Amino acid sequence: MKNSKILLITLLILLTLSSCSSPYDTEPIVENEVITTISLVYTPEGGGTTITLESKDLDGDGPKAPIVNVSGKFAQGKTYTGVLTFLNETVNPPVDITKEIKELALEHQIFYQRAGTINSISYADTASNFDSSGKPIGLESVFTTTRAASGSIKIILKHEPNKSGANVAFGDITNAGGSTDAEVVFNIVVE
Amino acid sequence: MLKKKYLIFCLLLFNVYLFSQNTISGKINNQENIPLEGSHIHIGKKTATSDALGNYIIKNVTNGKVKVHVSYIGYQSIDTLVGLYNDLVLNFKLKELTLRLNEINIIQSRNTINKSVLEQKIKTETIEKYSSQSLGDVLKEIAGVTALKTGSTIVKPVINGLYGNRVPVINNNIRMEDQQWGSEHSPSFDINAAAKITVIKGASGLQFGGDAVGGLVIIEPITVKKDTLFGKTILNFDSNGRAGSLSSSIHKGKLLGWSWNALGTFKYLGDRETPNYVLSNSGNREVNFSGDMKYSNKKYDFTGYYSYYNAQIGILRASHTGNANDLYNSINNMIPSVVKDFTYNIENPKQEVKHHILKANYNYYFDETASLAIQYAFQFNKRLEFDVRRGKNNDRPALDLDLKTHAVNIDYKKNVHDWSIKSGANTVLQDNFANPSTGIRPLIPSYSKIDVGLYSIVSHNFSDSFTLETGLRYDFSKIDATKFYFKSLWDEKGYNSNFADFVAGDYANQWLTKPTFTFHNISSSIGFHKVFENDLNWYTNLSYAARNPNPSELFSDGLHHSLAVIELGDLALDKETSLKISTTIQKKWNSFSVEINPYVNAIQNYMFLRPIGFETTIRGAFPVWQYEQTNARLAGIDTQTNWKINSHWNHSLAFAYVNGKDLTQNIPLIDISPFTANTKIQYSNVKWNHFLIEVKGELVGQQKQFPNNNYTTNIIVNNVLTPIEVDISTPPASYELLHMYSEVKFKTFHKAITTLAFSVQNILNTTYRDYLNRQRFFADEMGRNFQIQLKINY
Repeated sequence: MKNSKILLITLLILLTLSSCSSPYDTEPIVENEVITTISLVYTPEGGGTTITLESKDLDGDGPKAPIVNVSGKFAQGKTYTGVLTFLNETVNPPVDITKEIKELALEHQIFYQRAGTINSISYADTASNFDSSGKPIGLESVFTTTRAASGSIKIILKHEPNKSGANVAFGDITNAGGSTDAEVVFNIVVE
Repeated sequence: MLKKKYLIFCLLLFNVYLFSQNTISGKINNQENIPLEGSHIHIGKKTATSDALGNYIIKNVTNGKVKVHVSYIGYQSIDTLVGLYNDLVLNFKLKELTLRLNEINIIQSRNTINKSVLEQKIKTETIEKYSSQSLGDVLKEIAGVTALKTGSTIVKPVINGLYGNRVPVINNNIRMEDQQWGSEHSPSFDINAAAKITVIKGASGLQFGGDAVGGLVIIEPITVKKDTLFGKTILNFDSNGRAGSLSSSIHKGKLLGWSWNALGTFKYLGDRETPNYVLSNSGNREVNFSGDMKYSNKKYDFTGYYSYYNAQIGILRASHTGNANDLYNSINNMIPSVVKDFTYNIENPKQEVKHHILKANYNYYFDETASLAIQYAFQFNKRLEFDVRRGKNNDRPALDLDLKTHAVNIDYKKNVHDWSIKSGANTVLQDNFANPSTGIRPLIPSYSKIDVGLYSIVSHNFSDSFTLETGLRYDFSKIDATKFYFKSLWDEKGYNSNFADFVAGDYANQWLTKPTFTFHNISSSIGFHKVFENDLNWYTNLSYAARNPNPSELFSDGLHHSLAVIELGDLALDKETSLKISTTIQKKWNSFSVEINPYVNAIQNYMFLRPIGFETTIRGAFPVWQYEQTNARLAGIDTQTNWKINSHWNHSLAFAYVNGKDLTQNIPLIDISPFTANTKIQYSNVKWNHFLIEVKGELVGQQKQFPNNNYTTNIIVNNVLTPIEVDISTPPASYELLHMYSEVKFKTFHKAITTLAFSVQNILNTTYRDYLNRQRFFADEMGRNFQIQLKINY
């Protein structure tokens, strides 16, 4: 008998309180920081075909893999100057993340690694490729081809690396630490 | 003959509350803690005489206010009034007649939560030692309870191998609702507010919920049941962290009329240090307050309570990784990637947690045998987590959750002769708001939830030595969530065919969904307690619990930075059910006692994260772990012994072993505590200002039973793409630690007693890592810590 009384009270309280549930009106979250697109444009000195390397992943951490595209083959015996851009294309218009990287140059560095028979990629020595303490950012690079070769380039954007670690300024990632904000591998051919 | 029998009986009952009726027991000592044999105790209309150990017991005392009179020739008698509604332990310290009456020590003990399990309790003196630490740290005092840690300050209790939502924390009769699904979320609770902590291993505390698959942690604040006013201040200094804590409380007790308690705690610690380096960004802060006011009358009492917890916790800077390569480097380098000089500052990543509790509680006593309690509690948990982000975004939380919980509980208790009945109902309304202004998809979505529960527990004393208890509970739960899913994930998981009803809107490459789930659960418990003549107690309990999937198990969808793993929830999860049988044998000799507790917990549809594949994102390749269900079995044994060698020396030993198995796949479960053994030897001498010193040895074995979740990733070594194995499975090596604690007490100014304690944790400055620390891939555990504690009771 007592229990039924208790039940009644509970139900009453339940009814009064349940009227105050609050649905939150929603829009998808605007993810401003996400990097969806890495684009590396190599322009040969003294004319020739521009090569664009691009990786695009519009669903972030979702199951779809990035779409990686290399526009063509590199030519032998040329010096290519590369410019790297990072974009967030989940928002419209897209956000240029490269600008943020330049503004926060002290806490970013890009590393280029290679595998296979291709030559190594070095940092361009233009002033805009260095931060205020004279350490490389790495958005600009130089790729010199000699003979026919093939292999892959791995590009790694590090956030808060130890830029004064041993050999880090020369593009060696071993002692860089930090966390990876973007990483992509492009397979390329020189012929 | 009869008298002798009675004496044995008294001894038998000394530590165990056998009867549901009010039994008063305790110990009569003099100021030097020497038992006073033959003291006269007069309670209500009953009398008793203390035995050689100073123990006495009086049974079948009726409810209400009773007069207590204690006398012993040559000592000052004590007269006091006690409100009696439960079994009670009353310890008295008599003072020689030449001196003034100084202190009466009254401890209120509740009716045991379940009579068929031997509850594990932690006393105030022990809790005070951990004043500058946390709830999870103090709970490790109990065999079979370990800690799941994130760094040095975020500590979650693990009971018999289970944690998180499987171990509800009940604080002052309120079930804590503080995003406890997260393994990096510690209970939002100030350890200084606990006067007593009880652990129930298993789901047999049905009045608190039917889903405690692992067990329950029940925290009770101080209650003063006599007319008095006293205070306590604890000041701590820790060398590791280079600061400490200050906690102060005042208690005004009044048997009838108004009484109140107030407590404030302030904690401030900088970076912790391992034997070899600074754990950068591992400092923490806490500012806590709690207070209550109570009005007591003969027939009823009313309490208003408020508590505020505010913590800022630094997360090891080096534990923020970007991808599998970063994690591989961290595991292989064996030192954190970021080590800076010591600082008190806390930077990102960090957590900021605020927790408010407001409660009103009304107790009505119909007569000496029956009472009704009505309670309303409101909890507001605000969790902000800051991550390492680019530029100005560092000031913006990466996770911003508001969790509001209203709960109403109605509990009825009745004791008639050998029967005791507890019955009640509760309703919970919960609302979680995941603030979208973070600019990051939230780990768990906004949702609202309704729970309704009903329970009844009956216990019966068939004889003076046999008690049977059984209980049944029903729970209803409904959850309504709002979440955006990437269409790619929605399709990949096959939700388009099974959960198409949930889709409520189309936003480019995302679906707006409104998942709704309802659950009806039954839980139950049955068990007995048998007392044999030669101080042998036997407890056995069988409990059945059902736990619904929590929001993180249902909805997780994103990258777990410290593990470099993408974690996915699953909408198709069903509730998990556990059937646990646990038995405890407790045997006491004059100076030696032993407790052995084997158990088996069979869990159907056990929810856990299982590696299911890989996903490539713009940050590189990540393993994908998904919440799945299996049939699991946890079996183990907890053992404790205590040996009172003589009046100065005491030795205790505790060890725990648990084995967790995934029966479907026939592999071990992940994150199961390894074998632990603790041994403690204590010397005390009341004549030397209550000098006490203890040395404690802690052994933690290497967990050999673990699933292999290692994965391979490619790195470029000397211009060659090389596959490497990321070893996230192998548990760290076993380790042994040595700790010590010492204290002296002396009277300072008028009536005040000051305790000065000096302790050292990790005396040998051992370098080690712990399997159950989420940061074991990044850094060693804390090194040696010297602690000085000053405690003043006034």
